[in-house]
Amino acid sequence: MDDFLLRALAGGLGVALVAGPLGTFVVWRRMAYFGDALAHSALLGVALGTVLGIDPQLGVITTCLLLALALALLQRQRRLATDTLLGIFAHTALSLGLVALAVLETVRVDLVAYLFGDILAISSVDLYWIWGGNLPVLMVLTLIWRPLLAATVHEELAQVEGAPVFRARLAFILLIAMVVAVAMKVVGILLITSLLIIPAAAARRFARSPEGMAALAGGLGCAAIGAGLWASLRWDTPAGPSVVVAATLLFVLGHAIPSRSPR
Amino acid sequence: MSVELLLTVENVSLTIGGNSILREVSLQVASSEIVALIGPNGAGKSTLARIALGLLRPDRGQVWRKPGLRLGYVPQRLTVDATLPLTVQRFVTLGAPATRAHIQAGLAEVGAASIIDSPVQAISGGEMQRALLARALLREPDLLVLDEPVQGVDVSGQYELYDLISNIKKRRGCGILMVSHELHLVMAATDHVLCLNRHVCCSGHPDHVARDPAYLELFGLDGARRLAIYHHHHNHRHNLHGAVVVGETDA
Repeated sequence: MDDFLLRALAGGLGVALVAGPLGTFVVWRRMAYFGDALAHSALLGVALGTVLGIDPQLGVITTCLLLALALALLQRQRRLATDTLLGIFAHTALSLGLVALAVLETVRVDLVAYLFGDILAISSVDLYWIWGGNLPVLMVLTLIWRPLLAATVHEELAQVEGAPVFRARLAFILLIAMVVAVAMKVVGILLITSLLIIPAAAARRFARSPEGMAALAGGLGCAAIGAGLWASLRWDTPAGPSVVVAATLLFVLGHAIPSRSPR
Repeated sequence: MSVELLLTVENVSLTIGGNSILREVSLQVASSEIVALIGPNGAGKSTLARIALGLLRPDRGQVWRKPGLRLGYVPQRLTVDATLPLTVQRFVTLGAPATRAHIQAGLAEVGAASIIDSPVQAISGGEMQRALLARALLREPDLLVLDEPVQGVDVSGQYELYDLISNIKKRRGCGILMVSHELHLVMAATDHVLCLNRHVCCSGHPDHVARDPAYLELFGLDGARRLAIYHHHHNHRHNLHGAVVVGETDA
């Protein structure tokens, strides 16, 4: 196998392993649109990174984290519904990013690579970002698992029981921002949410416990990466979208298998 | 068991968005005592319960909880998203870790041992209330706060649940603060009733409250006399600030 393929596989698996478990919470908490809004801001981060002369990846991570914090704070006001707020944020951030990149005439940016991912162009530096960023994410997720799960079921009940609800929720939002930022390279801004949601949704049918669903989502995400990459080589299709299509096929297949034991 | 004061709420007021939700409300709960908060919808019962739990902070007034007080809470309504695979056993341990034998015993205490392995989405409203009670009891609480514990349960199930709550108090000696909108159901199980309509209309022993003019005003003479069917006739209203306005009947 070629080096670039190995790197693509290593990067893809790194992202899928974390996006799956994190995605289960995105599904349980109905936060798909939140992930989308963060992803849309990534382009602004690229522009920011270029202006400040720092690594674009660092710009993306910073922007995503800041936006996540801003959204978490803004959600506390009651004047605008959350989905309206997220819609405003998502599209403003994407448009601002496009405008900023256009203004920076000196910079040539491969827009398609950012929008749809360029997994075959993953460098070893990217791999450091992906694995170096995602391993801590997994560790933190393990740490906040219990309170976050309790708060997902009923926030006030968890609070009365002494769970650190606010801290867990804040940490979770930052974890999503982190994963969205590093996943951009693999499937691109417009498709990141699919890596969070589709494996988790596919895993639901076979899972008996929250942890089982998270692990299975990680596994199915990895399978989608493998199948997508293979299809992309075989038929010369764009890699990122192929991964998403593969994930959807897994989801459909999972639902097509007749269930033996009634839940 | 010696009686010990667990919670006091003193002259608490809360205004949200210019609306007075609670005005000068005071409340006490001691161990081995069931205090019921009754009143019509929108009377501020749940709000007061949430203030007692520390989930809400009042604008004015004091809340005191016994230092180290262990709280058990049964919220008004709980539905778990269908995408979350969760058995009753797992649900019950979200509040405090416990062994399976412990959980089994806890569920048995509330008469729900058979649902231990059921998905929480597959159990009935009454079973959910029992599971919530078991979850609260596993924490060995000093004070139980129950917000409309019989909601969504049929009438015979409601009496069973109140019996159960009454037995829990006798067995464990914990204090119980219970929100309800029906006095006749809670009467037998309750030691002290607080009739609330943004302010405390009347309070005392349930028999006493049932004859209190303020209770009769709030709940209607007819319904109060029979204590069986719940009628809701007001002969006073509350203006926007919660003050009593005597006048036209308001159904």
